[in-house]
Amino acid sequence: MISQLTGNTLLLLAALALSSVSAEELEGKGYQIAERSDRSDHGFSDSTATINMVLRNAAGAESKRELEIRTLEVIDQNSGDKSLIIFSSPRDIKGTALLSFAKILDADDQWLYLPALKRVKRISSSNKSGPFVGSEFAFEDFTANELNKYTHKWLRTEPCAEFVCDVIERHPLYENSGYTRQIAWIDQSVYQMRKLEFYDRKNALLKTLEFKDYQKFQDSYWRAQRLLMHNHQTQKNTDLLYSDYHFKTGLDDNDFVKGVLKRAR
Amino acid sequence: MSQHNTGLIDRFSVALCEWVIRHRWWVIALSILITALIASNARLLNFATDYRVFFSGQNPDLVAFEKFQKTYTKNDNLLIVVRAQDGRNLDAEMAGLVERITEEAWQIPFATRVDSITNFQHTIASEDELVVADLIKNGAQLSPSALADAVTRALQEPLLNNFLISPGTDTTAVNVTLQYPGKELSEGPVSVAYARQMLVSLERDYPDIKIVLTGTAMLNMAFTEASIKDMSSLTPLMYAVLMLITYFMLRSVSATFATFILIVLSSLITLGAGGLMQVLLTPISLSAPTIVLTLAIADSIHILVTMRELMAKGIAKNQALVESVRINFTAVMVTSITTIIGFMALNFSDSPPFHHLGNMTAFGIAAAWLLSITLLPALISVLPLKVPVASSQQQGQQFFDHLADFVFARPKKILLSFTVLIVVFSSLAFSNQLNDVWTKYFDQSIQFRTDTDFAIQHLGAFYPVEFSIGAQGPEGISDPDYLKTLDEFVIWLRSHPYVEHVYSLSDIMKRLNKNMHADDESYYRLPEERELSAQYLLLYELSLPYGLDMNDRVSIDKSSSRVTATLGDVDTIQTREFIADSRAWLQQNAPEYMWGKATGATQMFSYIAKRNIESMLKGNVIAVTLIALVLVLILRSFRLGLLSIIPNATPVLVTLGIWALAVGQVGLPVAIVTVTSLGIVVDDTVHLLTKYLRGRREKNLSAEDAIRYALKTVGKAITMNTVILAIGFSVLALSSFKINQETGMLTALVVVVALVLDFLMLPAILCVLDKKTTQHPSVKGA
Repeated sequence: MISQLTGNTLLLLAALALSSVSAEELEGKGYQIAERSDRSDHGFSDSTATINMVLRNAAGAESKRELEIRTLEVIDQNSGDKSLIIFSSPRDIKGTALLSFAKILDADDQWLYLPALKRVKRISSSNKSGPFVGSEFAFEDFTANELNKYTHKWLRTEPCAEFVCDVIERHPLYENSGYTRQIAWIDQSVYQMRKLEFYDRKNALLKTLEFKDYQKFQDSYWRAQRLLMHNHQTQKNTDLLYSDYHFKTGLDDNDFVKGVLKRAR
Repeated sequence: MSQHNTGLIDRFSVALCEWVIRHRWWVIALSILITALIASNARLLNFATDYRVFFSGQNPDLVAFEKFQKTYTKNDNLLIVVRAQDGRNLDAEMAGLVERITEEAWQIPFATRVDSITNFQHTIASEDELVVADLIKNGAQLSPSALADAVTRALQEPLLNNFLISPGTDTTAVNVTLQYPGKELSEGPVSVAYARQMLVSLERDYPDIKIVLTGTAMLNMAFTEASIKDMSSLTPLMYAVLMLITYFMLRSVSATFATFILIVLSSLITLGAGGLMQVLLTPISLSAPTIVLTLAIADSIHILVTMRELMAKGIAKNQALVESVRINFTAVMVTSITTIIGFMALNFSDSPPFHHLGNMTAFGIAAAWLLSITLLPALISVLPLKVPVASSQQQGQQFFDHLADFVFARPKKILLSFTVLIVVFSSLAFSNQLNDVWTKYFDQSIQFRTDTDFAIQHLGAFYPVEFSIGAQGPEGISDPDYLKTLDEFVIWLRSHPYVEHVYSLSDIMKRLNKNMHADDESYYRLPEERELSAQYLLLYELSLPYGLDMNDRVSIDKSSSRVTATLGDVDTIQTREFIADSRAWLQQNAPEYMWGKATGATQMFSYIAKRNIESMLKGNVIAVTLIALVLVLILRSFRLGLLSIIPNATPVLVTLGIWALAVGQVGLPVAIVTVTSLGIVVDDTVHLLTKYLRGRREKNLSAEDAIRYALKTVGKAITMNTVILAIGFSVLALSSFKINQETGMLTALVVVVALVLDFLMLPAILCVLDKKTTQHPSVKGA
């Protein structure tokens, strides 16, 4: 009884202490947690993986796409990673390859190779949060998770599945973003993102992304094997199922240039 | 059934009425208490906020539309139409305004997509670059030449021209797609309230530009607004008119007051019943209390008129009251039961608002019946009421004597002429064309109507008809054959006189092909290879920004694409014609997997009357059978029971025949007035035939004398009854909602036609059939 009372008092004191914390401090804490998570990934250098994308509409009908993704780590905090996506199915788009240089505060640089046209086209658009090939994922939702794309604010700590998570609210700094904010759950054990909520322009909950089946590669790098996105407004879902992860495969900048697109497959 | 039973009913009614008078204060208090208990459930009532309430879950058109929406996207929309007061062409100021609306509209609750000429994703190409960008950015600051350039591009774009911008560029629109989660009734009203608030500040900043709101989101609101308007204007009018008639007929403040209390309680119970049944209110279900008022008054009038006549003969008030209840007990019960049957039959309708109307009205009528034999006598016995002893019934009596003479002189002629008349008008009845234009469900007093008329007048395209055009399996939409046929369909659609705009994947494909060839106009055609189309589409999908994706145009596995044909100012007859034409075209020119059926709100409303007529057929048969059964039992004559169907079932056919000549078009009400009016008009026949049989059986009168006796006894009462019903339903015809208007007018006409048939044709039939026999043969069938 007494211990419970003390517990309650402690909680109350903690709450009081928290309520007196300034906004700057919360932002500082939020940034620290996000940075710690980001840092846990430093040095992966490059990776390749196969993604099976399963799209489901409100009626439950399914459609699948298969793609290969190659990522090159860019150390500079002010620019994002480079990635190359090659579609292997459906048949009609086999060999189509997308090269992308993620930017922090600007539109990404993107080039697409169309095998049927045998040409590389540079795509110039302000699009970052538009859906990726008809899925519920925006390109940026599943690729580079760059620290400086957002402001961070720590909200609270709470249990999430078998972990304890810090809950961080982040606001995109890119002016054409389709999101007003995101809420991220980052576990306190291995500092990985467990859940991410996306709020649309009118600040209504748009999508929830769950990160499942984390695996540790090269003894250092955690990767979720299943990314499950649910759109609350349209009731559509997309699953990204990762396999065949390889790290430090020896890819370098020369493997992420326009010219390589035609040969990539 | 026998004399014994009649005696039983007589004894029961007398005992009941005497008991009521003895415990009159208890009866009054209890009536009010029970009414309050039932009426308190009215708090559970909510307004329907989705037009889909008009379609049952089994409606094949709604089922198809739901499936369509699950494949693409739910599409409730808000169309914001912009036009300068002076009608000038699009200029920088208007472009700036459209841009601002486009931006702000994202904030409307449940908005998932905003389309306008400013955020249209315009594609231009250079050798190896595809630029995808808003068509107009910073419109207010654009130079005249830059703006003119953008406007030219908008007009060249088949996805925009004549849809979001008028060809003359004087009117433009912003289309907001709304996705309601469907969890709360307040979702639609919340969106609309936000949009209206937005409009207030826009109108303040742009006083020289007119901005109106329409689309299905506004349609949903209009149902509520029409309901409220009807309640606030129609209901008081109905009370005023009915009280005037009652006073005119009863010449007594006390009697009028008692009737007033009775109908108020009945209509409160009607609303409470609606609450108990968790009804979602529409203008249709809200006409139930109004209809109950009219029907409830008839019960009181019958009892009070008879009482007055008895008192005029010098009988004391309470004694006259008991006698009047005894005399009218059976008739009031039977007419209530038949009316209840008629309204309950509405449950067969395909439109749930008619179930609500039927059940609420049935409940209200039952309440009015019970109150008229309990509360009414109690009130009358309490209230002061004096009738001077006199004999003033002569005028009416003379009229009915003349009427009887007129019929007896030429019964066969009358019968023949009415038969011809009925056959002619009944066949005319089927020439009515079904018309249910959803924007015209409301009259000009509802803002939705005037705003929508404005949009249709200036924008042109308004009524979308959706098609999901299937391809051969997943990814099939890239098949060149599919795209070629799709494009031919689109070209045919554009050539159709009713079509103003077509939105199709084939146009996007052509544009992309051009873009991929450095904007060379000669490449504005479909790609010839399957892979090329698929890869263009992939490229395009990669470049579209948030909220402007292709998910609402292409199915998830790319096995079908959506074509939207937007029609101009058409009625539902033309819409059905267009739908039939499009089906025929597809069947003749496309492989079977491409035979997408038309769907959407426009399509659903185009067939709503037809669907309801089909679903009501069974209801009609059952109601007619039950009502005939009641008549057979009550008249204790199989032959007369069946015979009475003629003067009761034909008035609605004759009315529809008259309607065909006068108006020619009818909507949803045509499906329901047949049963509801049958239950109502049968009253007159019940009164006439009961008296006729009493004349023959009890007074041993000849057929002619019995007819004369019946006309003279109840002729005046049923005339008064008809006047009340005709006036009551005429008031309903003043509703701002077209379905109520038509229901009101048709029913008013039906009761008048029924009276004419009851006074002329029914006596003629009896005359011809029963004249040859001296003894009352009608009894034999019992």
